[in-house]
Amino acid sequence: MIPLRPIQSIVVREFKRFFRQRGRLLSALARPLLWLFILGTGITRIVETPAGVSYLQFLFPGVLGMVVLFSSIHSALSTVYDREFGVMRLILVAPISRLTIVSAKVASGSLLSLFQAAILLCLAPLIGLPLGLGQILLLTVYVLLTAVAITGVGMLLASRIDSLENFAGVMNFVVFPMFFLSGGLYPVKLLPATLQWVIYVNPLAYGIDLFKHALLPVEAMTLGPDFPLASNLGVLVAFSAVTIAAATSLFDKEARLVRLAAR
Amino acid sequence: MPAIVTENLVKRFGDLTAVDGLTIEVRPGELFAFLGPNGAGKTTTIHMLCTLLRPTAGSARVAGHDCVKEAWAVRRAIGLVFQESTLDKDLTAYENLWFACCLQNLTSRVATERIAEILRLFELTDRKDHMTKHLSGGLRRRLDIARGVLHRPRILFLDEPTVGLDPQARRQIWQFLDTLRRQEETTLFVTTHYLEEAETCDRVGIIDHGRLIALDTPEELKQVFKGDVVQIRSDRLNELARAIREEFQLSPQVTDRGLLLEVTDGEAFLPMLIRSFGDQIAGINIQRPSLNEVFLHLTGREFKP
Repeated sequence: MIPLRPIQSIVVREFKRFFRQRGRLLSALARPLLWLFILGTGITRIVETPAGVSYLQFLFPGVLGMVVLFSSIHSALSTVYDREFGVMRLILVAPISRLTIVSAKVASGSLLSLFQAAILLCLAPLIGLPLGLGQILLLTVYVLLTAVAITGVGMLLASRIDSLENFAGVMNFVVFPMFFLSGGLYPVKLLPATLQWVIYVNPLAYGIDLFKHALLPVEAMTLGPDFPLASNLGVLVAFSAVTIAAATSLFDKEARLVRLAAR
Repeated sequence: MPAIVTENLVKRFGDLTAVDGLTIEVRPGELFAFLGPNGAGKTTTIHMLCTLLRPTAGSARVAGHDCVKEAWAVRRAIGLVFQESTLDKDLTAYENLWFACCLQNLTSRVATERIAEILRLFELTDRKDHMTKHLSGGLRRRLDIARGVLHRPRILFLDEPTVGLDPQARRQIWQFLDTLRRQEETTLFVTTHYLEEAETCDRVGIIDHGRLIALDTPEELKQVFKGDVVQIRSDRLNELARAIREEFQLSPQVTDRGLLLEVTDGEAFLPMLIRSFGDQIAGINIQRPSLNEVFLHLTGREFKP
């Protein structure tokens, strides 16, 4: 039987924390606007894009991916915060399994991502990307799928990180490279072959590609999706399964508590 | 069936043996104090009993279940109040309690009832909507303990529940624990390094360097001392100690608190002491032996938290 109440309560707690941490809330809302309307508008002035798709429109799926990336990683890393401030010990001593804990964290990350993605999607019509009901439903599925995979990666990181001090390192060496090597800022097919290889192991690339499938017109050509729809879906599902399984087995109760007990 | 039984329980961290062959038995409904200086192995023991650490050797059963093989059943039967607060400071008092109920998989109806009851018992009802980060240390501690008993655990572990609190808040915490014990018949396993707190418990286990060095009621523990403890202040402790040893055939101990002497009848001894060494003594105090003297007697050192 799935322990729904514990999972639900962990998700509700994450949402409350998200809305109560003003700084996090504001930066989560402002970040995509900066990228889209400042960086995007600026670059649109210096590049010429084919097939009637503006750079701003091309950038939109990428920024959507960035929202999912930041939000998912942030949620996963809140595990480190919980460990440092003790709430994790309360959770560990409760009669729930490690898989339940990891699933709850993944659910929190995914739903928070979906919420922020939904806000951003409201702006799509403003830049000339009309959204139909079918697209909204598809994007909901795609966003959730991407968020689960990335929160899984985040949980894997969180199980290896000891303190919040390593947070900045994760931002510099994981989050930004993941974004820059995702196909969100430039089409993967235009990159040199060596960089393309890095992109192939980046789950965000497949997520953003899914968003391109749903958002950009079929005639977008070079600016359109880089991978077939089915391979995007397959890779994300596989990524999610592997990272969640790995994070669960690495979510070692003992190793994390020894530090506290030995004090 | 005993509430807690351990047999030869050992926990090693690399070269460090934190708990070294611990064998204890705690009876149901008992208020059991685990007393020892910092680093003696109290928290490690609690973590093993609460299934958070795996013993290196030996066995432990809590509420009749093995702490390793039946960790799940143990977790259902226990409540744990950690040494450092594990409250979420960004949630209100009520939300913290609600969160704990959900983790225990209580239904909404049961959770609502229990929270109301516990808030009343711990006199927190009027603070329930306060943000936890705005509560005082004493109130936060109370909330921590309240949360530990929401699911009516048969055995409640409290790791240093009163550390860092002012005397009034400490007294209050003990009153709540006492009420809890009477109303819910909970077995309480408390670690402390406050000697005076251990004095009020049913039984006390004294642990030092991971080893259990005594286990009995506070009264029995103090029975090793037949008389009174005389504490003497002086500028020349070592000289005075030697002189007293020769003169009275006693064995005084030099400690940070001055010279400690165990005598059968303190009041009768005092005039003799002053007649012989009055000029070397800066102050005298007679007291009934406390657990501090027991600890000193057992280890040859002063009890220092």
